[in-house]
Amino acid sequence: MEFYQRDRTLQPAGYTPIYKTSVARSPRQAMLSLQGSLSETTGPVFGQHELGPLDNDLIRNYAKDGDPIGERIIVHGRVLDENNRPVPHTLVEFWQANAGGRYRHKKDTYLAPIDPNFGGCGRALTDENGYYFFRTIKPGPYPWRNYVNSWRPAHIHFSVFGSGFAQRLITQMYFEGDPLIKECPIVHVIPDEDAINRLIAPIDLNGSIPLDTIAYKFDIVLRGRRSTLFENRLEGN
Amino acid sequence: MVQPLEYLKETASQTAGPYVHIGLIPKQAGFDIFENNFTNIMADENTRGERIIIEGRVIDGTGTPLRDALLEIWQANADGRYNHELDRQNRGEIDANFRGWGRTGTDFDTAVYRFETIKPGVVTGRNGRDMAPHVNFWIVARGINIGLNTRMYFGDEQIANAADPVLNLIEQTERRKTLIATRDDSGAVPVYRFDIVLQGENETVFFDI
Repeated sequence: MEFYQRDRTLQPAGYTPIYKTSVARSPRQAMLSLQGSLSETTGPVFGQHELGPLDNDLIRNYAKDGDPIGERIIVHGRVLDENNRPVPHTLVEFWQANAGGRYRHKKDTYLAPIDPNFGGCGRALTDENGYYFFRTIKPGPYPWRNYVNSWRPAHIHFSVFGSGFAQRLITQMYFEGDPLIKECPIVHVIPDEDAINRLIAPIDLNGSIPLDTIAYKFDIVLRGRRSTLFENRLEGN
Repeated sequence: MVQPLEYLKETASQTAGPYVHIGLIPKQAGFDIFENNFTNIMADENTRGERIIIEGRVIDGTGTPLRDALLEIWQANADGRYNHELDRQNRGEIDANFRGWGRTGTDFDTAVYRFETIKPGVVTGRNGRDMAPHVNFWIVARGINIGLNTRMYFGDEQIANAADPVLNLIEQTERRKTLIATRDDSGAVPVYRFDIVLQGENETVFFDI
């Protein structure tokens, strides 16, 4: 088993001058292409027992004396691979700013206030169908120093493992209808318009809880697995 | 026209950003939220193998070490076995006390990262060829659009390193040393120093895996 080659035409390059921080942090030499060995096709396994009961409820997992301020939302979807097969029992982690666009982080000095009832992080394991869900409040947009007047669209960061270390992925989910998406240099390091659109979660009224919480649906696709047809079965394959 | 190929497309990567610690290592962000935290301490008292420390820095193209990078490592156990169902090698055993994965950030002040783990064994690579002991690295940070993959090899394994099929793929032999950590035995636990250079002179070899 190995993974399909990553389609780099759908992925951001390292060096993307519109996102200024990438200039000094991007390799200049070509990466060395490596066929998968056990070091790439295996990866860490996590269990439900490692997670707490509120780990996927950002409305409650840091609440001190009430609910956090903001629009109550559910984010749900599936982790799939390029073969359209679910990726079961894999760890999905997420983090975000609060409704005012402020992160609970010692290095964030934006003037919007910290919300005493909001931590801004959570995690879940996908079920046997690759399904995950969590509850949170909608994050706010915020300014950042790229150009002097750059603003991040509202977004939630996602970290996903998959079954092998070569599937490891970090990305960001955006919200349908956000006018800042088309202005954002970080979004536009992605060279393919359809690939950008796949990061924008639609409102999902069917997934909403009437009179309570609105839902957004966000599916994540990891690299597909290739079986080695007609090849000698390698040890460890 | 032909039949459509109905594969899905891999989701595009985005930077982990400056606040990656909130989601993945919240204690470093400055708060305590999860009962169980994933850390850089990978071995407990029952783990088999030689205790080692891996530490180093992640350095940008201006020579400045990153203070906001996040690193994960994935490695085999002392017998060279990965704790994963796909590992069906005929060697040693899975160690129930070793997942083989750790995560940490570079320090906000010193810019140093550190893992406490065990030295892995030899792993069978493609075509049955042994790979020298190595640790797989994945690095993300603000300014890194897609996670960077590399490997750390051990400086005291010269013979195994010389025969390693991956190191031997690196055409510019001078660059192979960017993947080899130096061992320091001056403390109670051996320390392997492994700096990752993102760009410029001595740029680390990264892999498209």
